[in-house]
Amino acid sequence: MSELHPPPTIEEFYKFCTQRKLMAVRCMKCRHLMVPPRTICSQCHSSRVEWAQLGSKGKLVTYTIVHVAPTLFNHMAPYAVGIVEMPEEVRLPSIIRTSRLESLKIGMELELDFSPRPQDPSWPQWPRYFFKETA
Amino acid sequence: MDPGKDIKAAFIGQMSEAYEHQSHTAPIAANWAGLLPAAATRVEDACASSGAALRCGIMAIMSGFYDIVMVGGVEKMTNQPTPEVTTILASAADFPFEQWNGMTFPGLFALMATSHMHEYGTTEEQLAKVAVKNHKHGVLNPKAHMQREITLDEVMKSRPVCWPLKLYDCSLITDGASCLILTKPKLAKKLTDNRVQIIGTGQAQDTFLLHERDSFTSVKAAKSAAQEAYKMSDMKPKDINVAEVHDCFTIAEIIAYEDLGFCRPGQGGKFVESGTTALGGSLPVNTSGGLKSKGHPVGATGTAQIYELYLQLTGQAERRQVPDAKIGLAHNLGGSGATAVVHILRSD
Repeated sequence: MSELHPPPTIEEFYKFCTQRKLMAVRCMKCRHLMVPPRTICSQCHSSRVEWAQLGSKGKLVTYTIVHVAPTLFNHMAPYAVGIVEMPEEVRLPSIIRTSRLESLKIGMELELDFSPRPQDPSWPQWPRYFFKETA
Repeated sequence: MDPGKDIKAAFIGQMSEAYEHQSHTAPIAANWAGLLPAAATRVEDACASSGAALRCGIMAIMSGFYDIVMVGGVEKMTNQPTPEVTTILASAADFPFEQWNGMTFPGLFALMATSHMHEYGTTEEQLAKVAVKNHKHGVLNPKAHMQREITLDEVMKSRPVCWPLKLYDCSLITDGASCLILTKPKLAKKLTDNRVQIIGTGQAQDTFLLHERDSFTSVKAAKSAAQEAYKMSDMKPKDINVAEVHDCFTIAEIIAYEDLGFCRPGQGGKFVESGTTALGGSLPVNTSGGLKSKGHPVGATGTAQIYELYLQLTGQAERRQVPDAKIGLAHNLGGSGATAVVHILRSD
């Protein structure tokens, strides 16, 4: 079992977001990076893992523009979501904020940002990471 | 056969209790079908629930534990408004990373579509042609939800759901149920003249979160499940005469052609354009109308696909009958492809 502190949980991942830190978990044996964090390496099954902070730049791998949204996201539609690849060789899903949805392109550079704790008490009480067009 | 005496177990696929505030569905199905006191168990693997239930039934028969079992699936979706259905379906995606980022099921398949278009030059028109074909087939199926032909223009002009997927690229929100009776070959011969043999079954999983996969243009679990089913049945893609594939979205059918070995990777768009997979072609796909036109009551879909193959392989498919169909394949996905189930059937 992992001795890591804080433990490699999704709750801790989102707590790091309150500190404006995007964190992956790295396997100390094979160096594989993982988002979401987990206690066992998905490649080599080692349980020796450590937190690793990711940088603030990423690249858009694929995306969609959501017009028909789930109930809680209805007010945001249309919005873009995509998969972002970090230079550290790990990917993650993210909302992509842009003033011009039609300007999104696979391969474009994106910048990490964080949104504050949501007001709606029914929604998970952690701030979220998201990516936006580079300035 | 006396169902109440001879059917000893039922495996029932259902995706979510949230649509109708009703879980514990298997004993309901057993009760209403007159099977009491048969052992009844619900099986859940998202949209592959009844494909997985079928495998439970196959294993129950093959182990020798039971002689006759019922497998099936059910979903009642239409009492909820679309945003709520979208929310419930999305519950089969990862909660803290995919759902929290506003991802939906059309959204996840749209990510694959965008990737497929970027990597292989697949076009929105090619996606649309899957919908046009399946609606054309659905007109011939009296049990299809939407028995109406649609034009390429209608698909292309339909409102966006998750770009590049439009309304007519998406399967339907449907109420439905389906079931099959499974038994040993020897007993089947005594019980009925209308029977088919299940000669191959395969199931595989992939990473739950889409972003952790090596490729977004292929469903690795479907490839693995297909390999398993092909190996067990000693069949190859070229041996298949008719197939039901999981066209929850048009892109999923295009990727299914490639994952099942019907065409080469990246060629799925051209494959649908060639007419091969339409009725009259050499490998008709989704003669039932597919999830696109027959409908997609998610828990019922896996065994509904097998029902269509049963009709085809026993010559009962009427106006949509594929001539001399001997070997059929069913491809059933759960979630964004974290689950895949493939079955191969032969006429008996």
